Amino acid sequence: MGERLTTSTLLVTEEDEKKHEIIRAKGEGKELTKEEKQRLRKEKKQHKKNKKDDRGPPEKEKEKEKASVPAPSKPATQSPAHKAAPVPVNASASESPVAAEKPAKSKAELRAERRARQDSERASKQGKKEGGQQSTSSKPKATPNELQPVVKRLPDHVQVDDPVALKKLAKKLERQQKSGQGCSLNITGVKVPLRSDYGYKVSLFSHLHQYSRKNPPTQQISIPVTVIHPSIVRLGLQYSQGIIAGSNARSVALLHAFKQVIQDYSTPPNEELSRDLVNKLSPYISFLSQCRPLSASMGNAIKYIKKEISNIPSQCKEEEAKRILQECIDSYINEKIILASEAISKYAIEKISDGDVILVYGCSSLVNHILCEAFEKQRKFRVIVVDSRPRLEGREALRRLVKKGIRCTYVLISALSYILPEVSKVFLGAHALLANGYVMSRVGTSQIALVAKAYNVPVLVCCETYKFCERVQTDSFVSNELDDPDDLIVTRNGKTHLENWQTVKSLGLLNLVYDVTPPDFVDLVITDLGMIPCTSVPVVLRVKNVDQ
Amino acid sequence: EIHEPEEVSVWFREGSSCCQETLARNQRFTETPVNMPGADKETDLSERIESFLSELKRCGSGAGSLRGSAETARETTALLRRITAQARWGNAGELMEIIRKEGRRMTAAQPSETTVGNMIRRVLKIIREEYARSRGSSEETDQQESLHKLLTSGGSSEDNFRQHFTHLKANVIEAINELLTELEGTTDNISMQALEHIHSNEVIMTIGRSRTVEAFLKDAARKRKFHVIVAECAPFCQGHEMATSLCKEDIETTVIPDAAIFAVMSRVNKVIIGTQTVLANGGLRAVNGTHTLALAAKHHSTPLIVCAPMFKLSPQFPNEEDTFHKFVSPHEVLPFTEGEILSKVNAHCPVFDYVPPELITLFISNIGGNAPSYIYRLMSELYHPEDHEL
Repeated sequence: MGERLTTSTLLVTEEDEKKHEIIRAKGEGKELTKEEKQRLRKEKKQHKKNKKDDRGPPEKEKEKEKASVPAPSKPATQSPAHKAAPVPVNASASESPVAAEKPAKSKAELRAERRARQDSERASKQGKKEGGQQSTSSKPKATPNELQPVVKRLPDHVQVDDPVALKKLAKKLERQQKSGQGCSLNITGVKVPLRSDYGYKVSLFSHLHQYSRKNPPTQQISIPVTVIHPSIVRLGLQYSQGIIAGSNARSVALLHAFKQVIQDYSTPPNEELSRDLVNKLSPYISFLSQCRPLSASMGNAIKYIKKEISNIPSQCKEEEAKRILQECIDSYINEKIILASEAISKYAIEKISDGDVILVYGCSSLVNHILCEAFEKQRKFRVIVVDSRPRLEGREALRRLVKKGIRCTYVLISALSYILPEVSKVFLGAHALLANGYVMSRVGTSQIALVAKAYNVPVLVCCETYKFCERVQTDSFVSNELDDPDDLIVTRNGKTHLENWQTVKSLGLLNLVYDVTPPDFVDLVITDLGMIPCTSVPVVLRVKNVDQ
Repeated sequence: EIHEPEEVSVWFREGSSCCQETLARNQRFTETPVNMPGADKETDLSERIESFLSELKRCGSGAGSLRGSAETARETTALLRRITAQARWGNAGELMEIIRKEGRRMTAAQPSETTVGNMIRRVLKIIREEYARSRGSSEETDQQESLHKLLTSGGSSEDNFRQHFTHLKANVIEAINELLTELEGTTDNISMQALEHIHSNEVIMTIGRSRTVEAFLKDAARKRKFHVIVAECAPFCQGHEMATSLCKEDIETTVIPDAAIFAVMSRVNKVIIGTQTVLANGGLRAVNGTHTLALAAKHHSTPLIVCAPMFKLSPQFPNEEDTFHKFVSPHEVLPFTEGEILSKVNAHCPVFDYVPPELITLFISNIGGNAPSYIYRLMSELYHPEDHEL
């Protein structure tokens, strides 16, 4: 223990010297070398950590046992890029509410043990940072044969009923106003706004957010916006008002907005593009998830971009790096979305024969594309479009199909049992495919699959592989999205029954956006890799991970 | 109200009691001086029948006053009582003939309103019973057709209805009054059974608006606390009315769109629905969306309880495809504002759904709880087999 103390003090003195050097160098106007930049960064982080540790010790004294378990696991599971600072906050915030138990040890011993642990944490974190800067070979767990303990952090948008989590989110949003600044600029109260919930939430869903479309998150943002890029603000507004809807459209819009951001980005001095750009993107992503929770496709796209950014070699010039990133984004859109839909149409058209009556639900860009292609290839079929309140997206699909010249019928979902005896196939789109084979899609899809199964009509789901996600889910409650409850209100014959639903205390309106379909209702999934059964999703995920 | 309309007999010997002729006669009647008191009753009766028919025709499209089936049943029975009292008939056979004729017109006016036909068949059965009792011939076993009877009796019972009994009218009218009392008490009888089926902290799901289910749930809410999820049942969205009405009794209610039925079904303990008709095989003709609800309940093994009073039981089978479904204007589904695609698209708006008996767990009616497999037996008690075709 004694040795440890001295080496840490030694380290500190060494760094003090280096700091003087750096300050001298700055004063002389020389550009800092890479090592010096790294050192500066490390010092900043250690400084912050020391401050928090000084605050932390008096609380931590009683909870050492419990502290020792979560603390080392937390750095292991979080990416070093932009979670380093919040780690000590998380640790202390989650530990302090834990009940205190007095171990029978002396104060000096406790303090020494604590310091030793912190040193080891610091060392491991530095080691991780060194490793993370280099290319990707170390990052994704090399062989898929390893079974890692997947202690993933629960996403914020399903922790609305936990006040601790909400406080953390608020703090994180506040902190993000200062991130990416480098030298301090004077910001006047601009921060990523925290949207508040609207209306009475059904108790089964109190863990989810419920926003109103009439209170867009941009109301609290002042102009000019220093933290959030204007194209991101516009995108967020388009999401929250429902102007851009549908997982493909949202992902493509997101990627285009990021292209704009990268175009306008300039690396501040003393920073590296690969690290700083990723940090810059965090407040944008928080803002977008406040506007509307991120979809699985958007999540995958963001992961891809972050990976590409952090893969930029550090000796790359800025212009070159930007060009590379723009190309990456373009190729992603082209491969994963456009070419994928071509491939899926090719497979799907084999499944459409003459004289078919095809049932589709809502507006899926992929399914519409398939039907239009099939019609161009002279297949004779007619389409039944099923729609549901309150979104009535089927009307959009109806317009597109009718414009093409396809014969269509239109019903609401309550008339499904009436229309299904005429149907020969059902084509459904998906929002995401979960790792246990469940299909997450627009609410009502599971109902269609259920009734189709009862009438023995085959159900085919069309989904690109970039929408596959590693989450698992068995019901539609745990992770979902609640839309504006006022959408359910309707006026018929001059009477609006639910007009004053807020005043009636025992009345709640539930407007779900997604639901999950069990795999036994789905007969086939058509992806760009081929036609697979629902249960082969984890195989595809594994293959994709190995490729990357 | 027994009186011998001798004054009127002159008028009516000219022809049958066809109402259209009476209508023509009414016109003539207005021209001649009023000196035939009996004639008032006849025209009054036919006027009432005509107004009832026109109301039936209107209410189907939703344009007229939407009345519940209980009201329709009551009005039909009251009208039948009036016909019994005021029309000209000498023996039971003639009365049955009159009622059948009027009944055919009524069911033709609104084929989907089956309670009208059901009440007519009930009254016909009452007439048969009263006749049999007046004749003194034994009994209720007369009604049942056993093989033995078929062999021994041989003779059809048709010519049996030609005898004249003075007190038949009074008896029939009394029996119809009993039927009316029974009709008035059905909703209360059903709601009295509510506490046997709902326990506390349950989540109950229902669809659309049914007055029976509403009364059922409100009765249970007086003693127990539970949650109700109402599916709004587009495009008429009657679920909204149901929800606001339930909230008045402080029942925790949630309104969901039809698309979310399967999504929330996993948290539902019971599904309680009303229906428009109970068919002869135990199946239902209920509001659209009920079949989906029943399938979802079956998938999650949630019991499906149907609250239906006995006057909704109809001797029809679901296989008559052309008479089963009823459609309303498709502008409910695709409004005229979508003008440019309207002409190229077929839009359907069916009103009813067929729910097969395998998906139903229990029927709760004013005579207690029954399984769907017992429905055929109840039917034989309510209606005579010869009346199944009016």
